[in-house]
Amino acid sequence: MRHTISLLVENKFGVLSRIAGLFSGRGYNIESLSVGETIDPQISTMTIVTSGDDQIIEQITKQLNKLIDVIKVVDMTELDHVEREMVLIKVAPRQEDKAEVLRLTEIFRGRVVDSSKTTYTIEITGDEKKIEAIIELLKPIGIKEFVRTGKIAIAREGVKKS
Amino acid sequence: MKMTGAEILVETLKREGVKHIFGYPGGVILNIFDLLYDDKDIQLILTRHEQGAVHAADGYARSTGKPGVVLVTSGPGATNTITGIATASMDSIPLVVFSGQVPTMLIGNDAFQEADIVGISRPCTKYNYLAKDVRDLSRIIREAFHIATTGRPGPVLIDLPKDVTASKADFTWPEVKIRSYNPTYEGNRWMIQQAANLIAKSKRAVIIAGGGVIISGAHKELKELAEVTNIPVTMTLMGLGGFPGTHPLSLGMPGMHGTYYANKSIQESDLLIAIGMRFDDRVTGKIDAFAPHAKIIHIDIDPTSIRKNVRVDIPIVGDVKRVLTVLNKMLREDMKEQWDEVRKAWLRQIDLWRQERPMTYTYSDDVIKPQFVVEKIFELTKGDAIISTEVGQNQMWAAQFFKFDRPRMWLTSGGLGTMGYGFPAAIGAQIAHPNKLVIDIAGDGSIQMNIQELATAVINKLPVKVAILNNRYLGMVRQWQELFFAGRYSHTHLEVVPDFVKLAEAYGAVGLRATKPSEVESVLKEAFKIKKTVFMDFVVHWKEKVFPMVPAGAPIDHMLFEEKPEKEEKKLKAVK
Repeated sequence: MRHTISLLVENKFGVLSRIAGLFSGRGYNIESLSVGETIDPQISTMTIVTSGDDQIIEQITKQLNKLIDVIKVVDMTELDHVEREMVLIKVAPRQEDKAEVLRLTEIFRGRVVDSSKTTYTIEITGDEKKIEAIIELLKPIGIKEFVRTGKIAIAREGVKKS
Repeated sequence: MKMTGAEILVETLKREGVKHIFGYPGGVILNIFDLLYDDKDIQLILTRHEQGAVHAADGYARSTGKPGVVLVTSGPGATNTITGIATASMDSIPLVVFSGQVPTMLIGNDAFQEADIVGISRPCTKYNYLAKDVRDLSRIIREAFHIATTGRPGPVLIDLPKDVTASKADFTWPEVKIRSYNPTYEGNRWMIQQAANLIAKSKRAVIIAGGGVIISGAHKELKELAEVTNIPVTMTLMGLGGFPGTHPLSLGMPGMHGTYYANKSIQESDLLIAIGMRFDDRVTGKIDAFAPHAKIIHIDIDPTSIRKNVRVDIPIVGDVKRVLTVLNKMLREDMKEQWDEVRKAWLRQIDLWRQERPMTYTYSDDVIKPQFVVEKIFELTKGDAIISTEVGQNQMWAAQFFKFDRPRMWLTSGGLGTMGYGFPAAIGAQIAHPNKLVIDIAGDGSIQMNIQELATAVINKLPVKVAILNNRYLGMVRQWQELFFAGRYSHTHLEVVPDFVKLAEAYGAVGLRATKPSEVESVLKEAFKIKKTVFMDFVVHWKEKVFPMVPAGAPIDHMLFEEKPEKEEKKLKAVK
């Protein structure tokens, strides 16, 4: 099963490689990873999406906790939480499809952030399903390339998962 | 007052109580070596290879409980430490390793003798540092000692760029505060209570004690637990000495080369109390078939050890000594069990297994059996010796036939299984215990992996004794080839090179040899009398195997035993 794990880590050099090494050394895969500073510049937050059975996930969270530079580990999957991802998609539609691209962008509450004679670059934010959906819809029209940020997640305040 | 980085380092080491450093000099580390040249408080022991330095520091640490300290140069000096660091890491041994590094400006430039040792050592250290600023140095060193010695201990490496040891700063002595590092020492009381309840209910309980008992200094508490509840104890390779090997409740070692009665007891038990051990595959054999009827209580300071390999019913994260203290109190005060009565049938059953398949071997008058040498060493020393081993048959025979009654007398590479560990480890132990008898039980293959340390032993006048069980083979691998590869001895025959007696003499040590069983005792006695480094070459039966044996991946009660001697003779002729 897929899990979204959120970490607070010391904002120092080498921390990312310790975490990456923990996964690679045990043959676990990181499906997505995003890192950023928190309100305290000495601390970063990392959101890691990985998958495995319960025993593997238990090992991963314990091993992460064991790392000296890791301050806190939260398996978001166990909490009520909000998650978001952003994608930048460069589409190269035929002339007759251009309106469709703009219409889809609007439906998905996206924005066109760049355009050229032959392409549009669209920014879409949402959960994973929404991102996958827009990619699926744009594929037949002609995606040149896309870049995804990886997931970030935050726990909802005052709500317990039923 | 401003001090150089090197001065800060030496001062910090002194305040941390360091008396001995094992090391090897080189270009970028000279600032520190220069200071240690005429230092009165810290003795630097020059080994002949950096791997030897790390194993020596490891032997020092295992035999004392204090952290071992290593000082080497950059590049090859640093990479040569890796096997030693990985050995210590697998066995939770506290080390602080200082490696020189090229000047900060040159890092990443493929400078002469540059290696990314922080990157290379990351997976085999508990933590590591690149000290980039001299003002951080004393803090980093203090943290390193703290991390290495607390929680589940382990090796920590500090990489020291040359300019950092040369530049100056004020000396500071900061308190160690690491917000993200807080090992759990106190076990959860409720869980301990559950454990006590299970112990009281169980009829066929077994304790498996691991290296954590020794690290935590919990041998007294373990003995109390066993004696109060009358539960037999089996000690893993790392746990030998954590419970007296001569105690009536001792079952010896479990697992691949464990005793029949230890493995049988585990398999038939209704409760396993695993203390400071991590269910290594050499202990469990086939995991699905391990202790099928048992509930499992697992006490360990490292939460990642719990439920890593086996299912656990009562997990207790904490320091073994503190957990056992609480557990013993509960068992003594709250439980009204008639322990002797409860265990009677179980202990009787175990005695039957013990009689059925005792830990034994077939003695011979004509050829020296390696087990006989180990037995003689035990007999002559009365167990009062620090024993180190190499890896392979020598290690297993030492574990099987030497009975360890006290902790920190047994130095062996359990997790990584490092050949070449024993001799430098013995050197380190001898430095820490100048008046103790220290013996490396070695094989003719393993001893050659760090043979250069003969110079270290001789020059430092260390009376280390090395008993080479010389079977002219890489015996354990040869044993596997005999059992699982139809006797095709691919590259395991070492011939009779070198002549260990002459080799010892060439280094200025003493060499002795025994070729007949009748000579074993006199050679040992003579060696123990000589106050010098002694190599004893015991020419042993080449075909002797370690039994019992559980083939890799089999359940631990599916054991192979020694064949009848006459059959053995026939097979021996056929092969030769």
